[in-house]
Amino acid sequence: MAAAAAALLVAAGVAVAAVVTSGPTIRSTSQFVAGTPEAGATVGLDTTVYFPATTSAPAVLLAHGFGGSKTDLDSEARSLAEHGYVVLAYTARGFGRSGGLIHLDAPSYEVADAGMLISYLATLPQVVKDAPGDPRVGVAGSSYGGGLALLLAANDKRVDAVGADITWNDLSQALFPNAAGGQPGVFKKLWAGELFASASGRKGGACVRFAPQLCAAYQQAASTGEPDASILSLLKASSPAGVLSRITAPTLLTQGEQDSLFPLAQAGANATGIAANSTPVKVIWRSGGHDGGTSTSDLVQYLQGWFDPVLFHRGRADASFDVTVPGSGISAATGRTVSQSLQVDRGYSNGLLQRVGVFGPPQTVYAPAGGSPAAVTSVPGLGGLLSTAATATGSPNLTAIPGQAAMFASQPLPASLLVAGSSTATLRVTAHEATDATLFASIHHVATDGTDTLPAGLVAPIRLTGLTPGEARTVTVTLPGVVRNLPAGDRLVLVVATTDLAYQLPSQPRSYTIAMAGSTVDVATIDGRIIRAGQPWIWLLTGLAAMAILILGALVAAVRRGRRRRRTVLADLSGVPVAMEGLVKEYGDGYRAVNDVSFRVERGQVVGLLGPNGAGKTTTLRVLMGLIRPTSGTVRVFGELVEAGAPVLSRIGAFIEGPGLLPHLSGRENLRLFWAATGQPSQDAEFDTALEIAGLGESVDRRVKTFSHGMRQRLAIAQAMLGLPEVLVLDEPTNGLDPLQIAEMREVLRRYAATGRTVVISSHLLAEVEQTCSHVVVMHNGKLVAAGSVAEIAGAGGVQLVVKNPQQAQEILAAAGVDSQTVPARRSLEDIFIQMVGADE
Amino acid sequence: MTDHPAKAPRPQGHPAPTRRGVHDKLNQLAEVHDNGFRPERTLRLRVEFVRQLRRRRTQLTVIVLLALPVIIALAFQVSSSSGSSGAAREGASGGGRSAPALVTLATTGATNFTLFTEFASAGFLLVVIVALFCGDTVASEASWSSLRYLLAIPVPRARLLRQKLTVALSLSFGANLLLPTWAYLIGGAFFGWAPGQSPLGGTFTTGVGLQRLLVVVCYVSAQSLLVAALAFLLSVLTDAPLGAVGGATMLVVVSNILDSITALDPYRQFLPTHFQYSWLDALGQSIVWDDMMRGTGLVLIYSAMFFALAWWRFQEKDILS
Repeated sequence: MAAAAAALLVAAGVAVAAVVTSGPTIRSTSQFVAGTPEAGATVGLDTTVYFPATTSAPAVLLAHGFGGSKTDLDSEARSLAEHGYVVLAYTARGFGRSGGLIHLDAPSYEVADAGMLISYLATLPQVVKDAPGDPRVGVAGSSYGGGLALLLAANDKRVDAVGADITWNDLSQALFPNAAGGQPGVFKKLWAGELFASASGRKGGACVRFAPQLCAAYQQAASTGEPDASILSLLKASSPAGVLSRITAPTLLTQGEQDSLFPLAQAGANATGIAANSTPVKVIWRSGGHDGGTSTSDLVQYLQGWFDPVLFHRGRADASFDVTVPGSGISAATGRTVSQSLQVDRGYSNGLLQRVGVFGPPQTVYAPAGGSPAAVTSVPGLGGLLSTAATATGSPNLTAIPGQAAMFASQPLPASLLVAGSSTATLRVTAHEATDATLFASIHHVATDGTDTLPAGLVAPIRLTGLTPGEARTVTVTLPGVVRNLPAGDRLVLVVATTDLAYQLPSQPRSYTIAMAGSTVDVATIDGRIIRAGQPWIWLLTGLAAMAILILGALVAAVRRGRRRRRTVLADLSGVPVAMEGLVKEYGDGYRAVNDVSFRVERGQVVGLLGPNGAGKTTTLRVLMGLIRPTSGTVRVFGELVEAGAPVLSRIGAFIEGPGLLPHLSGRENLRLFWAATGQPSQDAEFDTALEIAGLGESVDRRVKTFSHGMRQRLAIAQAMLGLPEVLVLDEPTNGLDPLQIAEMREVLRRYAATGRTVVISSHLLAEVEQTCSHVVVMHNGKLVAAGSVAEIAGAGGVQLVVKNPQQAQEILAAAGVDSQTVPARRSLEDIFIQMVGADE
Repeated sequence: MTDHPAKAPRPQGHPAPTRRGVHDKLNQLAEVHDNGFRPERTLRLRVEFVRQLRRRRTQLTVIVLLALPVIIALAFQVSSSSGSSGAAREGASGGGRSAPALVTLATTGATNFTLFTEFASAGFLLVVIVALFCGDTVASEASWSSLRYLLAIPVPRARLLRQKLTVALSLSFGANLLLPTWAYLIGGAFFGWAPGQSPLGGTFTTGVGLQRLLVVVCYVSAQSLLVAALAFLLSVLTDAPLGAVGGATMLVVVSNILDSITALDPYRQFLPTHFQYSWLDALGQSIVWDDMMRGTGLVLIYSAMFFALAWWRFQEKDILS
């Protein structure tokens, strides 16, 4: 058992190791490739090419995020290379060891660079070409790299597939969002500052590696919080929004659900723009984003799923719209809530709306001077952690500050509602002091116990201008795109707040009156199914079929066994209690415990099976009881062939190789339960007789556990005699009995046989057999040595004349003309036995 | 007999009179007659139930099952009265990011307490108990040597396995039922009868909550069929009860360990315990049956294989114990 367990563990370990380390080794080379010259100087791009085990192969161009470098892409690149792609990861200009300045994915710089890298790929012999100078290539990246991928696909027809992750559609909308539509909105100052700092190497106001005009435009906008024409035109050039119609390569758009920089709507705009041109698009709303962690392996899997059909012509592209729903399942491994994916087969759309009534009186809210204190929803780099921490520690909710937020709550939801995408609501906003308004709208989720959460920490900034103080304006607001399942009974609350830490806020104190126009929110939802591959029914049906086969097989086997048994009765032996023919038992290791043994036991006999230890007596008895299967030969009891479970065995009572009692039961209960197990009527059991034979007195009611060896022995013999069976088989019955008990036993057996029943005992004690038995079978080394009545064997059939002086007798006989010879006196079976057994030694 | 029945009897000088009585009885014995033996009456379920229920280990198991929910309830009460209500609040927020979702809800009422008890015990305690009932049943008979006497009655071998398995499975499913039922009562007594809350948010009515509990208990029971089959196979293969019980438990643990290695995908889903906790899918707003169907199918396939092996092996086996 232990060895088997150890072997199993080792095998499992090896299997795991084999699977884990099975990835082919990936060769990679690093080199600088010339990019677009800038300011009269050449610009070297720092690249690494990863080669798969087999070439030639399609290529993937991997671009990194803002502030990063090609080293960020290493694990992703290796995964893709292991999957069979040639992967080129590079550091964009202005970052890391690449030369040049940052132009923010400008078509004439970064996008042109990527085009030159595609030309470089075309020179590699390991890369599959569609045409000379046109490698088969997909381009992918996250954030800054994703923007590049889209812009490159729009500008370079050689791109065959695009994977853009958590990227933008329109940078001006991303950095100056306005949920009320129209003109640029509220400056997303924390994110903008964070990005600028990450690219400038944390050197404060210095432009460092930024292109000078970009740097100047940014600094102008950041100082005022208002975008001017120069930055808007720069941002427009760096946005895919205007060039989406030029993308013809199948495009995968993955967008994070925890992303306050590029929210889901950015991918939505990209998808709509690309699909308008009939280019295949797949949208995945994944967990994570700029505010949340991302697993590289997930990204690689998405990419492979999309690229393989296009670049390898392997499998079919699945253009369904996949949405990760956080907290919609429970992990079987940890018991924590996890995300599940919903699939909308017909692809991306943001059309399905469900109208939910929200109620509340018009409310007046105040914006503090200087914009402080401000609500905290998300912080770049920390994401929604703050709001989670707030609810976890039980401190006041930071996402909405009293007096600064108007709230309109729904009734408890009658059914669960999956909010997925950008909902809309129509508000009436009245500014009291100013002609403009800065507000932040969001949907809160309030559970039955009152716990208030802001899904993904997302808010939608609203900027209204040209208001008349005291006069209401009706605006339709696009609420932040979130994915959240609201269980039945929970409430949805529309919150309109005056502050948010992440945004540029007006510095004068303000007050607004907010009212609902129409008292409803059009909640975006989707109608998908949970992604689960395969057909679960097949598993269940296979399992049921396996069980059915098992039960059917058992039935068939039982019927066949019964039929065979009926054929095996020999009528002419029906009066013979035991008849063995050529019995051989060879164990697995080749040892012959019983070798060609044949004998018969007739009614009324007390037969002793005699032989030294290891002669094969017990094995013979085990075969007789159907416990072991003979190698050859037959055993018949009353003419019926003995095999496991042969009904004729019920006519034998057996005691074989020691007692087998239930230690937790008393002696009496043991006998009763044993008899109950035979299924025969209890009045046939003869309990009293058996108990008297056991002779245990009052001890019979104690637990067998406490019995001595002799007591157990006697109880087991009594058990064998329950129901007074026709044949009684006792294996070494006198072991552990004292001489008086042996004498008693002898008498019992003799009387038992006298009733016409038969007794077979085995013993290695000659005296016992001689005194107890009428017949004897002598075995040695598995062979039958002699069989017959004790008198026959002991006396060899004749009458003996014993003389005192053999020599004198011989002389007299010789004189009378009779030949004679002297032999040792055969007084007892013991002599015969020693002679027979000793002959072999 | 002697005046000290506790010691081995030591008749002094003459045979005890009782033995004389035996001799007389034997002398008066009637001739043998047909004993009316019917194989299909041997080792009836009632008999096997008595044989198993009278055992100390069965009684201990019941005590453990009855004590566990009380201990868990007391533990929750102690920890909540010592003032750390943070975990509960966090769970209520629906996120449950840092603690298993069921733990945080455990004290909301009877239904959730039962769910937590199931979650806490399905992975190991119930496995061990089922392995004990099904792994011990044949092997312990072999170790007591009583197996050969049962077979010599003779109880047909296939019947012996069938009866033993029926009783062992009944006890296993009894344990699977007893634990949640008792936990429900204890949970109600300690934490009230509030309707169940889904760890995914939302509340069940009492009726729906009980329905979900029933699904959970049924699925956990179905999953324990695997452990039962494995333990039963080992029970037939070995004469050592500990080997059968421990072996089955160990194989389940190994399967769990392998299942935690994500690198083994996509082969992990064929591990026998991969869908062990799929009943968690019954706790959402609507029940998702997919993984439960898979899990049930997988367990049925493995169990059928193990049972077939056990039957085949036992038919062929030489009983040497």
